[in-house]
Amino acid sequence: MVGLAPFIVLLPLAGALINMFFGRALGRERSGTVAVVAAALSFGVSVGLAGALVGNGGQAVIAPAAEWISIGSFNVDWAFQVDTLSVTMMLVVTGVGTLIHIYSAGYMREDVAHNGDSGRYTRFFVYLNLFLAAMLTLVGADNYLMMFVGWEGVGLCSFLLIGFWFEKGEAGTGNAKAAMKAFIVNRVGDFGLMLAMFMIFWSTGSLTYGPVFEWFEANEAAAAAVVAAITLCLLLGAVGKSAQVPLYVWLPDAMAGPTPVSALIHAATMVTAGIYLIARSHVLFEMAPLASDVVMWIGTITAIGAATIALAQSDIKRVLAYSTISQLGFMIAAVGMGAYVAGMFHLVTHAFFKALLFLASGSVIQAVERGMHHVHDHHTDPQDMRNMGGLWGKLPVTQWTYLIGALALAGIPPLAGFWSKDEILLDAATHHPEVYTILTIAATLTAFYMGRQLVMVFGGKPRTEAAGHASESPLVMTLPLGILAVLSVVGGFINLPQFSDVPYVGELLFKNWLLASVPAEAVKFSWPVASLSSALALLSLFAALFLYASAYDDVHDKDPLAQVFGRLFTWMRDKWYIDEMYQVLIIRPYIQLSKLIGRGLDTGGIDMSMTSLGGLVRELAVGFSGFQRGFVRGYAIVMFTGAVLLLVWFYGGPGLFVQLARAFGM
Amino acid sequence: MLATIPTSWFVALSAVLFTMGVAGVLTRRNSIKVFMSVELMLNAANLAFVAFARQYMDQSGQLFVFFIMVVAAAEVAVGLALIVTIFRTKHSIDIDNLSDLKG
Repeated sequence: MVGLAPFIVLLPLAGALINMFFGRALGRERSGTVAVVAAALSFGVSVGLAGALVGNGGQAVIAPAAEWISIGSFNVDWAFQVDTLSVTMMLVVTGVGTLIHIYSAGYMREDVAHNGDSGRYTRFFVYLNLFLAAMLTLVGADNYLMMFVGWEGVGLCSFLLIGFWFEKGEAGTGNAKAAMKAFIVNRVGDFGLMLAMFMIFWSTGSLTYGPVFEWFEANEAAAAAVVAAITLCLLLGAVGKSAQVPLYVWLPDAMAGPTPVSALIHAATMVTAGIYLIARSHVLFEMAPLASDVVMWIGTITAIGAATIALAQSDIKRVLAYSTISQLGFMIAAVGMGAYVAGMFHLVTHAFFKALLFLASGSVIQAVERGMHHVHDHHTDPQDMRNMGGLWGKLPVTQWTYLIGALALAGIPPLAGFWSKDEILLDAATHHPEVYTILTIAATLTAFYMGRQLVMVFGGKPRTEAAGHASESPLVMTLPLGILAVLSVVGGFINLPQFSDVPYVGELLFKNWLLASVPAEAVKFSWPVASLSSALALLSLFAALFLYASAYDDVHDKDPLAQVFGRLFTWMRDKWYIDEMYQVLIIRPYIQLSKLIGRGLDTGGIDMSMTSLGGLVRELAVGFSGFQRGFVRGYAIVMFTGAVLLLVWFYGGPGLFVQLARAFGM
Repeated sequence: MLATIPTSWFVALSAVLFTMGVAGVLTRRNSIKVFMSVELMLNAANLAFVAFARQYMDQSGQLFVFFIMVVAAAEVAVGLALIVTIFRTKHSIDIDNLSDLKG
């Protein structure tokens, strides 16, 4: 069974290749089916691998696929690490991925029609399958180099999919710029990951997980400094990919991609690669308490910072984007605290409910677009929540799934988000009270902005004609929503906490499963922590309902929060001016420097030296061409004189010239 | 045994002929005259060759003369053909006018 592991990558890759070469011939329906089937088969393989692991008690197995690099004693193979950690990621990636593929088959049909290029339908599925292949390479790898191939692969697919409508967006370049921004910001993180790999290779002479970790465990004392450097560089990689402070700025802009992309890549899977990376390298992070503390604090700051920005956004997808950043912050904080199980648990449940929320928001957006089409309106922004309102009742499936997703994210018991978030909070409360306080506030804000979003989208009366004529999406889209909604409800039950000393069936299933791959400490369920966080969540949810239910009647109404917070609200809406800060601190000086180098060094230095060398040769040529006067007898005289001088030279040598000169009295 | 003419006389005559040839090449504008002067220089060289060949009883000097005659014949064929062609295109054989390739 484990030998089938390579197929987990090969199947989506085959899907991508089939659609790439035969997509047009297959037609839209069949190319969509190919992509969905490839993803579903890959999910089947993941389930098989999980079954194999259950059978052998979670023992890690390495499934080699091919030899890759073999230089002297240095060996890197294409091999798959099948252990509970990687298989958990595979299940999430392929499971949620398959549902999103199904949803996309319906969503993209309308999206390509709305954007006016139906030829891109197939291209979308090529990218989506390619993404799955890259992501599964990332999580399945048994060495850092193969993981890096997947890491870059998902970055590429992310770039391609953010810029899927590259000629659209603000001023016709908005989407292309967003794609570029994601790619370039991720480069900074990748640079860290590469440095970490260089240092790992430099110290251990290997890049394969097993030998690397063994080496560091054996040389713990001697390698303390280098481990600290490696972990900080790994963290830089994770910060880039998982959109943490200070490199989170690309993720909100990445919402320029089609909504299924936001769900799959920018919420459920790719952005969790950083958490996976840290959990995978937990051996190193445990040796570097300082780096772990940095990880924890970066996660905490991100969680609270992004939550405040999410409070004031009016674009439905941007709220979810900042919410994703905030939740990723929770996960990073968890793995930083050493609570790997809690972090991975939240990763799984978050994949369920955030994918659900994104897909449901896509359904809402298309509902509004259908409304716009119905009333011949081409100017309304279908993603702006101020243009919505009153959608409750019009979208019978989407509304309920959205509600479930929002409540799960808000952390209302007994939905999935409650259990996983609570576990992170509990770990924080046990070891890091200050982190616990901040994360609790962030969780409270989470509930508030989700309540705000629910009311703005579904509550009250329709604020535009388009919203008034919104209609439900087809079954191919609502079915995945339904499945994800069920998962968002029951997803938390995979890791029910230890309520008392009396064990019960189903207790800490996920922890015991992951225990084979990462260390975990047993933390007992704490009623104060759980009740405080759920009470705060409920309270802020109701506060949002109360504040927004009455205040928002017209598109042009001021946001009620603006009246409460005043200037602060503007700051939050404008994202604390972080993008502007980057503009001033990095981008503008960089452009200035480029211009300086371009004009000074390149044009003034290198170009100048080349041009002047050419000029010199030209000048010489012009000078010597003066001899070529075209006077044939002149040439004859020169020749004759030359012949005479040569004769004199051969006859008497240079001395003769001297004598001649003396003879003529010179 | 007849009293032989000393070699120096031949060489002196050769030098006179050569100088006349050089002067002709340098001063004449008519390209046929320049051409003839070049032939004069060649023959001055020939005369010097045979004179020394006689003095040193060495056949290689005479051998060189034959070579020079052959080359000169070829040169005459090519040179006269060139002059004819130049006359056809420029309606002149004044070498001072032949400056089309001036840099």
